[in-house]
Amino acid sequence: MTYIAKPKISHPGMPKNKLGLTSRDYEGAVSTLCAGCGHDSVTAAIIQAVFELGIEPHMLAKMSGIGCSSKTPAYFVSQSHGFNSVHGRMPSVTTGANAANRDLVYIGVSGDGDSLSIGVGQFVHAIRRNLNMCYVIENNGVYGLTKGQFSASADIGSKPKKGEANNQEPIDAVSTALSLGATYIARSFSGDKEQLVPLLKGALMHRGFALVDIVSPCVTFNDHEGSTKSYAHTRQFYHHVIDIDYIPPAEEIKAAYAEGEAMPIQMHDGSTIVLRKVDRDYDLTSRASAFKYLRERFNAGEITTGLLYLDESRAEMHELMGNIDTPLSRVPYERLNPGSAELKKLQGRYR
Amino acid sequence: MENRKSNVFPGILGRVCDRPCEPACRRGRVEDKPVAICRLKRVAADHRDDITARLPKAPKKSNGKKVALIGAGCASLTVANDLAPLGYEVTIFEALKTTGGLMRTNIPQFRLPPKVLDEEIGYILDMNVDLKLNHPIASLKDLLEENYDAVFVGTGAPRGKNLEIPGRYDSDRIHIGIDWLESVAFEHIKKIGKQVLIIGVGNTAMDCCRTSLRLGADSVKVMARKPREFFKASAWELEDAEEENVEILVNHSPKEFVIEKGKLVGMKFELMEYKIDANGGIDRGTVTGEKIIPCDDVVLAIGQDNAFPWVERDIGIEFDKWDCPVVDEKTMMCGREGVFFGGDAAFGPKNIIWAVEHGHQAAISIHRYCQGESIEDRLPYGLNLASQKMGMHEWSFSNNYDGATRRLMPHVDLKERFKKINIEVELGFTAEQAVQEVERCLNCDIQTVFKADLCIECDACIDICPVNCLTITKNGEEDELRTRLSAPAENHDQALYVSDGLPHTGRVMVKDEDLCVHCSLCAERCPTGAWDMQKSTILVPYAKDELADKQSLPATGSGV
Repeated sequence: MTYIAKPKISHPGMPKNKLGLTSRDYEGAVSTLCAGCGHDSVTAAIIQAVFELGIEPHMLAKMSGIGCSSKTPAYFVSQSHGFNSVHGRMPSVTTGANAANRDLVYIGVSGDGDSLSIGVGQFVHAIRRNLNMCYVIENNGVYGLTKGQFSASADIGSKPKKGEANNQEPIDAVSTALSLGATYIARSFSGDKEQLVPLLKGALMHRGFALVDIVSPCVTFNDHEGSTKSYAHTRQFYHHVIDIDYIPPAEEIKAAYAEGEAMPIQMHDGSTIVLRKVDRDYDLTSRASAFKYLRERFNAGEITTGLLYLDESRAEMHELMGNIDTPLSRVPYERLNPGSAELKKLQGRYR
Repeated sequence: MENRKSNVFPGILGRVCDRPCEPACRRGRVEDKPVAICRLKRVAADHRDDITARLPKAPKKSNGKKVALIGAGCASLTVANDLAPLGYEVTIFEALKTTGGLMRTNIPQFRLPPKVLDEEIGYILDMNVDLKLNHPIASLKDLLEENYDAVFVGTGAPRGKNLEIPGRYDSDRIHIGIDWLESVAFEHIKKIGKQVLIIGVGNTAMDCCRTSLRLGADSVKVMARKPREFFKASAWELEDAEEENVEILVNHSPKEFVIEKGKLVGMKFELMEYKIDANGGIDRGTVTGEKIIPCDDVVLAIGQDNAFPWVERDIGIEFDKWDCPVVDEKTMMCGREGVFFGGDAAFGPKNIIWAVEHGHQAAISIHRYCQGESIEDRLPYGLNLASQKMGMHEWSFSNNYDGATRRLMPHVDLKERFKKINIEVELGFTAEQAVQEVERCLNCDIQTVFKADLCIECDACIDICPVNCLTITKNGEEDELRTRLSAPAENHDQALYVSDGLPHTGRVMVKDEDLCVHCSLCAERCPTGAWDMQKSTILVPYAKDELADKQSLPATGSGV
């Protein structure tokens, strides 16, 4: 918590995006989270990603539930839409919002408690229906807002600040999403914006459910020795598998890639994701081999990061339901609601 | 009192300083205009209570050393200010009937009221200084034969430059600027013709044109040989003159005075054209025509020279090719031991604040010289750092950035100010203006001190910094490092701050100080206290500190 607002002065050499805005224009209120919270770095990465993509603020919708993580949408893009919903219910509220207006870019920011404990049922069903959204989990292994109890993502053997080590199996958001058929699955670390920003850009532009699971240390309750979600532990066991570069539509691929190490993948909006394979044996298009790889690395104590699974071919919610392309919010009321006579006719068909 | 430590004349300099500090002010990097440092000094000086009880006093018993100061201007007065409280018997010799030197004779009263001069000079004279007015020194040799332990020359640059062109000596309506201003100050001259030409565009020229308007001139033109960007006058003095409807004509080079029937009727100028190269250099110019501009009086304000007709050339003082004494820039001593120079007398015309600094340095030298110590071996500058943290989010300085623009100095209205010659034009900042202007300060004395071993690389400081001056990255050579920072680091005059390797990754924290506004948010957002805001105080030694040092007292080094 800081008393003064971030001064309204910026570096004159700041880059501008295609809308003529600087990243300062994508900021929100000053964070009220603990100083040093990983979530603030994630906020900064989201600001950077949305700025670089040149998303118009009024075309973005920020969704959240309850928790430290769910406070963060207040801290970026203050001129966008937002909905701070009930604990663990962000996926259904987002489903409703997306059903009504499919043209907005949806970013849901959740935490390990909000998504893997109270909201785990909502989380898995949002994946099942391949809801078109970027789903960010700020994962710190503890319930920070209630003073640091272990969450469902705490690793076995991870020590709390006080008391006994955790001995329950963790729920891994990435493996869960993989098994349920999410179409864009990534993991990263709040302290690595170089990797995180392109992953967020890809997730925002992906058509379908994009999960970005971010290790985001709780500096107050889970950053001590013996914690497996601390800054120090994450840095030590952090393992890049596939990094990506996000190339917007109609832009040439300029970076030089060594032969066989880079693979461009075309996305639905015309942009390209170039996969930089750090581990050549990894196949991010196969759920089976990805699952095996992740399990092995996990057993070895490593934190596997990067773009871990991608499927651009699966249909998202609106396509699965056969909806019209026009957002329902823009369909005239008379068409959306043909009246009681039409309803009676419809009901008659089921009598 | 803080104001008076390094700057002995805050009320005077708060009105008429050349303000070398303002172009250096970092506020000018984040917006157009620097903090009005000069006029804030005036606020501090004007709104003081009685400070006489706090001023240093001469001890009851002298230390037996006698020092002669020649000229009662700002340099000599500073020497007296520093030495009299240490027990030196100080005598000031002044040729004129008043103190203050150029400050009184050359700066018009509508810019610097005599009351301010009298007060601030009075503080010094009250330290038991023996002042001998109307006492010109005709021979330095004779003075040296009297038993003074040291002599300080602070006689300024009293000779206005002349313009040797046809007609110069055919009229008595052609005046040398600084002499004319002096005559006005002493009320020997009380009026001037309707049409006046001022030759030159330095600050003296600005004083001459504005004085002319107060002595009855209707039309005053300032004639400049070169284009505006080559003017010597300070921008604000030009503005103040133009506000009073003084016309400034560029590219007019004086050719001759036009005299008809023994009377000055005008002045002939060559119209010039200049080529300015890519580096801003100017050529000698070409003449494109001629023009006569009618006038009743001409005032020459084209510079000043030193003049030492009273200094014998065979007493061990070396003179250079411009007939200036050769003076050591650090000790202010000339070739003859025990003789010191300062102010304009030392290195030619500079400004008041330099004269004060010369005075401080000469005082240290005179003290060490009189105590039989080496004048080269002086106390070094010191630096003190102290944390300003008062609480979780509280600092003992005003850390919030204030986007206000520079306050405008209120002036007496254009009719009122000409009624008398001594109506001070600038009214001084109001309390509200002063408060607002102070808030514009970026607190450059506050240093962001970083302890690398505490950093956990959470990026909190980088994310919060409003001007993107922080980066964590791999170390490298500075030039290459500049290309990898959060924001372009284009001010190569400002070295980057680079930390030791950070404990987790071995990367380094890099800070580009260039645009830092010292908002303290990095320190507030740091979970481990790796960042701290610390006030840096530069300890500038004065003569009294040299004395304290010898008496094994803790040096009190005064902050600036």
